[in-house]
This record gives sequence, structure tokens and C-alpha cells, in this order.
Amino acid sequence: MTRAPVRHHAPPAPRVTSPAKLVRGAGRNYPPTFLHNLPPGQAAKEMVHVSATPVLALRGVSKRFGAVQALTDVTLEIHAGEVVALVGDNGAGKSTLVKTIAGVHPIDEGVIEWEGKAVSVNKPQDAQSLGIATVYQDLALCDNIDVVGNLFLGRELKKFGVLDEVEMERRARDLLTTLSIRIPSVRIPIASLSGGQRQTVAIARSMLGEPKLVILDEPTAALGVEQTAQVLDLVERLRERGHAVILISHNMADVKAVADKVAVLRLGRNNGVFEVKSTSQEEIISAITGATDNAVTRRAARTNAEVKK
Amino acid sequence: MSTDKTSTNAQKTDAQKTNVQKTKVEKTSAAKQDAPAVENPEAAAAAVTAVDPRLLVREQGLAGYVGEFKRKMRAGELGSIPVVVGLIIICVVFQSLNSAFLSAENLSNITITMVGTGMISVGIVFVLLLGEIDLSVGSVSGASSALAAVLAVNQGLPEWLAILAAIAFGAVIGALHGFFFAVLGAPAFAVTLAGLLFWLGFMLQTLGENGTINLDSDGLIGQLTTYNFSDIAAAYGLAAVVTAIFFLTGFLGNRRREAAGVPSRPMSDLILRTALLAVVSFAAAFMYNQYKGLPLATVIFLVFLVGTDFLLRRTAYGRKVFALGGSVEASRRAGINVTAIRISVFAISGGFAAMGGLFLASKIASANQSAGTGDLLMNAIAAAVIGGTSLFGGRGRTWNALLGVMVIVSIQYGLQLESIAEPVKYMITAGVLLTTVVIDSVTRKTQKTAGRA
Repeated sequence: MTRAPVRHHAPPAPRVTSPAKLVRGAGRNYPPTFLHNLPPGQAAKEMVHVSATPVLALRGVSKRFGAVQALTDVTLEIHAGEVVALVGDNGAGKSTLVKTIAGVHPIDEGVIEWEGKAVSVNKPQDAQSLGIATVYQDLALCDNIDVVGNLFLGRELKKFGVLDEVEMERRARDLLTTLSIRIPSVRIPIASLSGGQRQTVAIARSMLGEPKLVILDEPTAALGVEQTAQVLDLVERLRERGHAVILISHNMADVKAVADKVAVLRLGRNNGVFEVKSTSQEEIISAITGATDNAVTRRAARTNAEVKK
Repeated sequence: MSTDKTSTNAQKTDAQKTNVQKTKVEKTSAAKQDAPAVENPEAAAAAVTAVDPRLLVREQGLAGYVGEFKRKMRAGELGSIPVVVGLIIICVVFQSLNSAFLSAENLSNITITMVGTGMISVGIVFVLLLGEIDLSVGSVSGASSALAAVLAVNQGLPEWLAILAAIAFGAVIGALHGFFFAVLGAPAFAVTLAGLLFWLGFMLQTLGENGTINLDSDGLIGQLTTYNFSDIAAAYGLAAVVTAIFFLTGFLGNRRREAAGVPSRPMSDLILRTALLAVVSFAAAFMYNQYKGLPLATVIFLVFLVGTDFLLRRTAYGRKVFALGGSVEASRRAGINVTAIRISVFAISGGFAAMGGLFLASKIASANQSAGTGDLLMNAIAAAVIGGTSLFGGRGRTWNALLGVMVIVSIQYGLQLESIAEPVKYMITAGVLLTTVVIDSVTRKTQKTAGRA
């Protein structure tokens, strides 16, 4: 069980919830008993939204760089088994927000809550020890070290204080095979890999530590069609196993395909959280660009109100 | 209402999809779990190597070796080949000029003299692995040897205590440089340049007006470079033990890899390497026994080389040093304590500088004002680079220090045998250094085009 942690985790068992909560699922026109007929995986998917305490909650987070207020009073909640897409224009503060969660930039104001308790995340190590794994946009890999070394960087397996290369290599091969990642050899330096291969290695690395929350910063930006599909599959697999996922992407198709919720940032502030299923792409895009609040929309709103009268 | 229905349908198909996916995942994972139990490692290995058809797999046997060697040469992965070729050229040239060059006495003296510079160079390799430079090592070595001499001779402390104090002193100085570099963010180049001057002054101050403190040549420090294990069994025994340990670790490692289903080197490879090592080590032992026997200094140097090589390549600490040389930001995000590693590396550099200083003082049986000055610093850095350590960080081994310092000291001794004056020595050593750096840069270019840098 301990050898390849990634694939051994079954999907979370369906939570037993009170009938009153089950009715919530019935909001979409089917009888309350319908949920019981669902396959277990789907039932679990429905149920996780019910879980009370979010894995991670940001409350009123602010971050300033010199004269730039990068984040103002940002609030965000992520539950287990949930994929939250974080979208926004360039410079909206997505990467900064992710870096505050990952401990690269400590926050100036606000509270970070982990499983309901306030925590301080000042160093990358803090985030790691909480169970947050981050895959950065600018890949954080060492060119001169081989694939195995990069996968286990910072959490090397040791035997009597000595690196256990054999075990690391075995686990690395297992992991890469499980995730259907194709690279020529696990013993070649990262420098010899293509951009897409590096991205998959970086994502594979984030999954080694069995994190509770995985943050993917534009994971598909540099990938081909097939690799993008693989990464999206990976995201779904993460959700099935009950991990919380924050996905940053500019690609609305990707977001619609895998995310449960979309949190929009605009100029460093929250600009709405949408349920993916019940929101159209246009609504999300207008939230990103700020088109919801301009002269045209205001006039349109007024005209509508007058017509109704 | 209609939209509601479609959404329900979508939900259903969603459910089916996830269900299908889930069974897929379960199937693959079940198959995977069976895999290690299969009693057919060859088939398993074949299945894994089939992952990517573009991978160049080495052919079995000698043909495979020749092929891989050629490929590596073309890709610019020269490793230590230029240095070994250089050493052979040096031996041939000086031997043809003077037949005393390859005599047991001369070779034995070379391997004793090189220990002082070599030790300093080992510390430099650590710093170069970070992609930084330590210019203070020469002065630190001089200051440490002066301190040891003052403690042992003037203060009357036991020599072993003076040695330990000097090494600790060097390490603390290194850590101090590391502090300015890692915590305060000053460039290592500037910090250690200041250190070069400061510790030179400190050494002169410590030595006092006299300027020279003579060491007891029969004391512990004196014996460092004069003691030889005259029993011929010592040299041969060491050669045998080293060869046996090399073979055993390789053999056991291969067995473990096979048991774990990870590709391992073929047996013929291990035997070839062991044979090579045996030839070299027994030849060296034979050479030493022709003269005074196995020198203590060389044994200590070899112990430290093996130890540091182990530290760098087999421990988590070493992995972190390499990671920092590759990408500081990646290391930081991987949770590595960058500041601590940087300080520790500079402390190691300072410690090795102190040890080198003690060997150099032992060679002349005194601590004097010229210790740690002149071309010592340049030779130590040149040795690391000549040996194949990259100036750009992240590539190198401490064995490089051994090869590099051998080249430098061999040239010095060869020129001395020809009674060629000091200025010419400098120029020739400079030429060798420049050649190696050029080789380094050119091979890096080739490596880039071959996708290896």
C-alpha cells in the first residue's frame, strides 16, 4: 500500500447525511430517492459539496507589493473533492493569490483557515506540511537533476540517512506509469525533456506527497492537445480521490470541462463565485472583464426595470 | 423546465462517464498491483522500456558500449576524459624530457604536495556547485595555519587540539562569509574578496613581528606530510580493500535494483569498472612501495574525497546542494532551506581551506607570512575547474579536485625538474587553465545543441 500512494486511494466513501440534506440534491427535479440509485462515485461527488468545513478558506486576504495593492480583501473557499477554477485577466492577482497560499509571499492582512483553523503560511515549507502542493506556471524544476531527483526534491526517501535511490526510482516509474506520463527515461536530466514533458513531471511531483489541496497554475498553457487532455484527466482523478484542487486557467473550455466552481478575480478583488453547471461562459467572461458593471449594463438594467413597470 | 431536464440528462451522462472512468482506473490499478508479484523481471523491464519508442536504448555487450561512448562524445559529455588525456600528455612530455619524472620518488612527492592545494580545491568544488565563488580560501588557509602554529607552539596547546581549533576556525570564517552572502544578500564574490584581504591581515597580525613560527617537524602537524606507512602490506591492503568495497557496493546495489524491477547495469560493466580501479590502485600501491611506502597525507586526502563524494551524491544534503546549483527558486519552492545550505557550503569551504593550510604548513614545517598567498588561491580554483567542475553551478564531483590538482602539481614538478623558472611556470599553468575553461565552454555549447544542458 505504501509503495505508490497515488493510485491506492479509493474515491471517498459516500458520506451518510441526514435526509434533510439529501433533499438539497432534489432541487433539480428528481425525487429524493434518486441519489441512492446513483453509482457510488457520483453519489460521493454530490455529497462532498455538503461537507461543512472547507479544506482551505481565505478571509479578507490582502497583499501589497510596494505601491501596488495586488490583492484586496479576497475571500475564497475550497472543499474536499472540489475543483475551483480561479480565473481573471492578466494582472488580476491569480498568481499572487496562489503564491500567498503556497507560502511564497506571506499575506499582509486577513486570515488563512486550514480545515477550520486559522494558520500562518509564511514559508513554502509551512504550506507543504499542511498538505498543499503547488505546480507553478514557471516550472519549478532543477535542470541539472534527473527526473527521479526532481520528483523527490525536498522529500527524498532515505535509508539510514542515505538516499534510497532504488526505491525512489521504483516509485517514480510506478507514478509516471499510473499517470500515463511518457518520458524517455527517469534517469535523464530535466534539461533533456520537452516543455510538455516537464509540465507532466511537475504535476506528477505535486501528487507524490498525497496533498489535500493541489494548486495548478496554468497547467495546460504550454501543452499540446493530448497532454492537455491528460492533465484534465489528472485533475478529475484528483477530485475523485477527494483532493481539493485550485485550477488557474485562461482556457474557458478547460474550466468548463473540469471545474465545479469558478472564482473570478478582477483587479485584485473578488468578482463573484459561480457554479459552473448553472453559469454560461458569457457570464463568467463578463465577470472577468468587468463588463457587468459599466455604463451599458447599467442603462440596460434601468431600461429593463422601466419596461417591467 | 426544459433546461432543467437537459441539465438532468447532462448529469446522468456525467454520472455514467465518471462510472466508466472509475472502473478503468480500478482496472489499471488492479493490474498494477499484480505487476510486482510477477516472477518475470525481464518481461516487466521490457514492458517498461516500451514506454517511449524514441528512447535510445543501449545495445547489449561491447558494441553497445562503443556506441554509447561515441554518442556521449558527440553530445559533448566528456566528463573527466580531457583531464585524463591531459595527464597522459603531461606524463609523456616530461618523461621524455627527464626520465626522473615517472620515478617512484617524484610521483610520491607529487601526491604528497598536491594534498594541501587539493583539500582547498575540494571546498571550492562545493562552492562552485552552488554557482558561486570563494576567493578567500587562500587567506583563510594561511590564517588557520597561523592560528594552529600560535596555539601549538606559542601557547603550548596539544597539537591535535590546535588542529581541531584551526579547522573549526576556518569553518566559522566560512560560515561568516556565508552569512553575509546568504542572509544579507551581498554577492559572494565581493564578500570573499573582502575576506581575502581581511584574513591575510589577520594572519600577519597573528604571526607577530617575527613573521615565522617554526613547527615541530616530529609533531602531529609535521607528521601530516612526512609520515609513510612503510609496511608494503599497507598500500596493497588499502588497494585491495578499496577494490573489494567498490565491487561489493556495486554488486549489492545491482541486486537490489534487479529485485525492485529497476534497470541496472550489466554485470560485465561492473567487472570492467572494478578491473580498471584495481589496475590503478595496485599500480599506485606498487609505486609507493618502491619508495617510502604509502604516505599518510594521500590516505587522508582519499578518505575526504570518498567522504565528500558520498555526501554530495548519496545524501539529501548533497542533493540540496546540486538543486541550488540548478535553480535557486525551484529549490526554495521545494521547501529547501536555501539560507542554511548556502551558509553550510561556505562553512565547508572554509573548513577545507583550513585543512589545506595545515598540510601546506606541514610541508614547510612552519607557518610564515607567505602562507596562503601567491598562486595558491588560483591553483585551488583552477584545479576544481580543470578537473571538470562547471563554473556555472550544478555540475561537478569532488574527484574533479583530485584530477585537477594532479595536473597542476605535475606540471609544477615537471618544470622544476627541468629547472624552468617561476615566471614560466605561471604562464604554463595559466595556459592549461585557459584550455580547460575553453573545453568546458565548447562542450557546454555542444551539450546545449544535444539537449543536455
